[in-house]
Amino acid sequence: MTDAAPAPAAEDIHDLRPPRNQWWDVWDQFKTHKGAMVGMIVFVSIILFVTVGPWLWSFDPGHIDIRSRNQGSSWTHPMGTDQLGRDILARMMYGGRVSVAVGMTAMLLGLLVGTLIGVLAGYFRALDAPLMRTTDLFLALPLLPLLLILVALFRDVLEGVFGQAMGVFVLIVVAIAITSWMQTARIVRGDVLALKEREFVLAARSIGTPSRRINTRHILPNVMSPIMVSATLGIASAIITESALSFLGLGFPPDFPTWGRILYDGRDWIEQYPARVVWPGVFISLTVLSVNYIGDGLRDALDPRIRGR
Amino acid sequence: MLTYTLRRLAFAVPTVLIISLVVFLMLDMAPGDPTSSLPLTIPMEIREEIRAALGLGEPVLIRYVKWLQMMVINEPLHMIAGATGWDIAPDGPRILSWQTRSPVGDIIVQRIPQTLWVVGLGYVFGILIALPIGVISAYRQYSWFDQVGTFVSMVGFSVPTFFTGVVFILIFSVWLGWFPSMYDTTLSVTDWDSFVRQVSQIVMPVAVLALYNASQISRFMRASMLDNLNQDYVRTARAKGMREQTVVMVHVLRNSMIPVVTVIAIGIPTVFTGAIITEQIFRVNGLGDALIRAIYASDWPMVQTITFIFAILIVFFNLIADVLYGILDPRIRYD
Repeated sequence: MTDAAPAPAAEDIHDLRPPRNQWWDVWDQFKTHKGAMVGMIVFVSIILFVTVGPWLWSFDPGHIDIRSRNQGSSWTHPMGTDQLGRDILARMMYGGRVSVAVGMTAMLLGLLVGTLIGVLAGYFRALDAPLMRTTDLFLALPLLPLLLILVALFRDVLEGVFGQAMGVFVLIVVAIAITSWMQTARIVRGDVLALKEREFVLAARSIGTPSRRINTRHILPNVMSPIMVSATLGIASAIITESALSFLGLGFPPDFPTWGRILYDGRDWIEQYPARVVWPGVFISLTVLSVNYIGDGLRDALDPRIRGR
Repeated sequence: MLTYTLRRLAFAVPTVLIISLVVFLMLDMAPGDPTSSLPLTIPMEIREEIRAALGLGEPVLIRYVKWLQMMVINEPLHMIAGATGWDIAPDGPRILSWQTRSPVGDIIVQRIPQTLWVVGLGYVFGILIALPIGVISAYRQYSWFDQVGTFVSMVGFSVPTFFTGVVFILIFSVWLGWFPSMYDTTLSVTDWDSFVRQVSQIVMPVAVLALYNASQISRFMRASMLDNLNQDYVRTARAKGMREQTVVMVHVLRNSMIPVVTVIAIGIPTVFTGAIITEQIFRVNGLGDALIRAIYASDWPMVQTITFIFAILIVFFNLIADVLYGILDPRIRYD
C-alpha cells in the first residue's frame, strides 16, 4: 500500500454522505410542512395533557363536592366545576385519556384487520375475489346506524364479561374497528398487487423464501407509508365516532367521563354555563385537526415524488 | 353502456340481499323479548300465543323471507297507496312498531319530509359553496384565498357536527337570539310570517350540514382541478389562443367534475346517516331521530326498517355513482 493512493479516495468519502435510513428523509420532508409540525406539537401536548396531566392535577374527576357546584373558572378550578361540583379540568384529563385510548386502540385494531385482509387479498389470488366482495359489502353498510345498534345490543353482554367500563371500552373499540378497516384493506391490496410482481419479490421467492416471510420481510415494509397515512386518518375518525356515540347517549356510562360524554352532559346547561360544552368540543376538534394535519404532512413526506424537491 | 349498467345492477341486488340478512339476523339475535314489556299477570300460555302470533316460533329462514317480503313488497306498496290513493295496498300483516303499535311504514312516511328538507338543503348548499371555492383555490394555488380556503375546509372537516351545532346554538340562539334552537315540525307554512319562522328554524341545521359537506367536497374539487390543470390538453387549449375563461370553465372544469360528481352521489347516503347527529342536536324529528328513539326503546322492527332504508340508499347511490362515472368517463365502461 502506497501513501498516495488513499488521498483521492478519502475525498470521495467526504463527498458521499453516510448511509441514512430513509425515515430520516421522510422526517426532513415532514419538518418542512408547517401545518404538520404545528399539528404534531398540538397532538403531543394533548397526549401529555391526558397522560401526565392527572399526575400533576390532583383532583379526582369523580369527587363530588356539592357545595362548590357550578363554579366559573378560578385558580382552584381553572375550567370551573359541573352541576355536582366535580372539577372539569380533571374530568377533561381523564375523559381525554379514554377518548384518545379508544381512538388509538380502535385505529390499531382496524389497521391490523385492514392490513391483514389487504395483504391476503393482494397476495393470494384465490382469496382476492371473496375478500374484496366482503370489503365492498362492508362499504355498503350504513355504518353509524349499525354502530349504534351494535352498542345497544351487546352492551349488557360485554359489561357482564369485562365489567362496566372495560366492557363498553372493548365494545366501542371493536365496533369502530370492524366498521373502519375497509379503506386500509383496499389501499393495501392495491399496493400489494403491484409489489408482488416486482423483481425483489421474485428474487426472494427464487431462493425459497416462504410466502409468510415474503410478506412480512419484503412486502409489508413497502406498504408502510399508505398504512401510516390511514393510521392517522383512523385515529381522527375513531375519536369522532366515539364522541358521536357518547353524544348520542350510547357511549360510556355517565360516571365515566369521555370528551363526548362531557359535551353531551354539558348540553343541558348550555344557556347558563356554555364553557361546559366548549371545552370538550375544543379538545375533540383540536385533536382531530392536529391528527389530520399530521396525516397531510405524512402523506407528502412519504410520497417519493414530492420528497427531496 | 347497457351491459355495464346491468353488470353493476347484478352486483347491487345480492349486496342488498346480504345486507338485509345481516340486519335481520343481527336484530334477531338481540337479547330481549317483545313480550317482556307486557304486564307480568299474563300467563305463560298466553305469552306463548302472543309470541306465536308475532311469528317468533318459526325457523329463522322462514321468518327472514316473510320479513323481506313485507319489507320490500308490502310496505312500499302501502306507502305508494297512501301517497296516491290507488287501491294497490296488499292485505296481510304489516311491520308494526313495538313503541306505537302502528305500521312502521306510516311513521317513516311522516318522518321523511323533515329529513329530506334539512339534509337535502344542507347538501345542496354545501355543494353550491364547495364548487366555486374548490375551483378558485385550485386555480390560484398557494394564494391567500387558497391558504384560507384550505385551512377553513380542514377545520370544517375536522370539527365534528355535534360541536359545530352546539356552538351555533350557543352563538345564534343563546347569545344573539336570532334563531330558535329547536326545530318545530308542527309549523306549517301558510303565510309570510310562518315562512319566515320556517326559514329561521331551518337555517342552523342546514348551515351545520352545509359547512361540513362543503369542506369535504371543496377538498375533492380542488384536488381534481389541480390534477387537470397540469394536463397537456390545457396547454394545447391555451396555445390555440382560447380565452382563459373558456379553458378553465369549460375544458378543465368539465373534466374535473367527473370524480366530483361521483363523490357527490356516493356522499348522499352518508349524509343521511350523518344527519342522525344533526337531527339530535336541533331536535328535528326526522328519520335519524326515529332511529335513535327506536334504539333506546328496543323497538327492533323500527330499527330494522330504518337501517335497511339507509342500506338501500347507500347501494342505490353507489349504483348511480358507478353509472354516472360510466357515462361521464367512457374509459371506465370497458374493464
